[in-house]
Amino acid sequence: MNALLDSLLELIRRTSTEIPDDVHTAILASLEREKKGTIAESAMKIIDQNIALAKNKSQPICQDTGSIIFYVDCPLGLDQIAFSEAARDAVKLATKKGYLRQNSVDSITGKNDGTNVGPGSPILHFHQHRAPELTVKLVLKGGGCENVGAQYSLPNEKLKANRDLDGCRKAILDAVLQAQGKGCGPGILGVCIGGDRATGYEYSKQQLLRRLDDRNPSAELDGLEQDIVATSNKLGIGPMGFGGHTTLLGTKIGVLNRLPASYFVSISYMCWAFRRQGATLGAQGEIQNWLY
Amino acid sequence: MISLTTPLSEATVRNLNVGDEVVITGVLFTGRDAVHKYLHEGGQLPAGVNLRGGVLYHCGPVVVKDDQGNWKCVAAGPTTSIREEPYQGQVIRDCGLRAVIGKGGMADRTLAACKEFGCVYLHAIGGAAQVLAERIQSVPNVYMMDKFGAPEAIWEFQVVDFPAVVTMDAHGNSLHKEVLAASQAELAKYV
Repeated sequence: MNALLDSLLELIRRTSTEIPDDVHTAILASLEREKKGTIAESAMKIIDQNIALAKNKSQPICQDTGSIIFYVDCPLGLDQIAFSEAARDAVKLATKKGYLRQNSVDSITGKNDGTNVGPGSPILHFHQHRAPELTVKLVLKGGGCENVGAQYSLPNEKLKANRDLDGCRKAILDAVLQAQGKGCGPGILGVCIGGDRATGYEYSKQQLLRRLDDRNPSAELDGLEQDIVATSNKLGIGPMGFGGHTTLLGTKIGVLNRLPASYFVSISYMCWAFRRQGATLGAQGEIQNWLY
Repeated sequence: MISLTTPLSEATVRNLNVGDEVVITGVLFTGRDAVHKYLHEGGQLPAGVNLRGGVLYHCGPVVVKDDQGNWKCVAAGPTTSIREEPYQGQVIRDCGLRAVIGKGGMADRTLAACKEFGCVYLHAIGGAAQVLAERIQSVPNVYMMDKFGAPEAIWEFQVVDFPAVVTMDAHGNSLHKEVLAASQAELAKYV
């Protein structure tokens, strides 16, 4: 059990303080694209400095360490109750050490007990498979970007969006327009077409587990993903909404079946401080390798 | 780069324009959702929190105690300001604020208050928690922590060269309005 607790604590520390390589590459490319002497360029330079400083000091990239979302892919027979207890202990410890902000507030009383553990926190998703491997992924998603997520119901008359991919495109671009800089762009979108209101949003967040440099195996969705990024970057919203050439670093779209009566397009907006990491764990709970 | 030192004068603030990059030295007080609602409902600021001529920072920092028992700020980027829009103008008027630091911008009521009372909105880089924490030299005090919890408490920061950009000035200009209008017009070409 101790090895598991240590591994989960290290996963939290690393996720909070180090940006994954695929995201860093995209951020550097975005810095290159901004016009010299603009406040957009200044913003990207400070972002780049911040990434280095956070890693060197082992302190959070962003003070809003957000929702703590674990995705555990586990073999048959894993004791999920024990795993969840270890995860909660790791969260409490990480919070004491300052890797996580005290981020869990009672919605009725407004009280924050400072532990980060409570109803709904941390979030653990278990997915069982028949292979022997145990992997745990962690996403820390801040409140600022969470607030600019959106869920559209098609057809949407105001957007002239019908129940087709073009309608989905209009909804997604509208979400980018409404977000402006409030999600700490340049951002990354996780999108789900279909599902119900709950599964749609949940699956849209799971798209954030994909690497930024991967491509959607469906040609149609791949085309839409590339188009959303290219079009969004033409809007000129830019880093922090300062005006500039990079508004999105990526878009990842997943699809679920839907009810005949419902057609939801769910969009989760992730900020530039895309904290996502994962590890394969051995039989004693020790870290074998990192996933991003 | 324009250097500002607290307390700020009205003249200094009315001289600033959208797009100006500034660095601030002096005192910042944090205040976000819980504090704004509290003030709106008639709550009084604790003695020791003097905002006149001062700067309010929309921020929920991560602060720990060092080995000597002093507060040390380990992460201090801005939170999204628009949530305080219903309350900000009133706080500018009643407390004599000269600058509000946050991210994502604010809207017309705050813009009007900036013009009327001589205040500016300064946009700090969202997520730059380490760069900004480095500019904090010390944390002399924290107020209302028991009531609001650490992220929502009023933290007093002594800062040197804290960087931000003027995105709403005291002349009625807002970069956020400009970018929204421009991006809206641009999107219309592609849908």
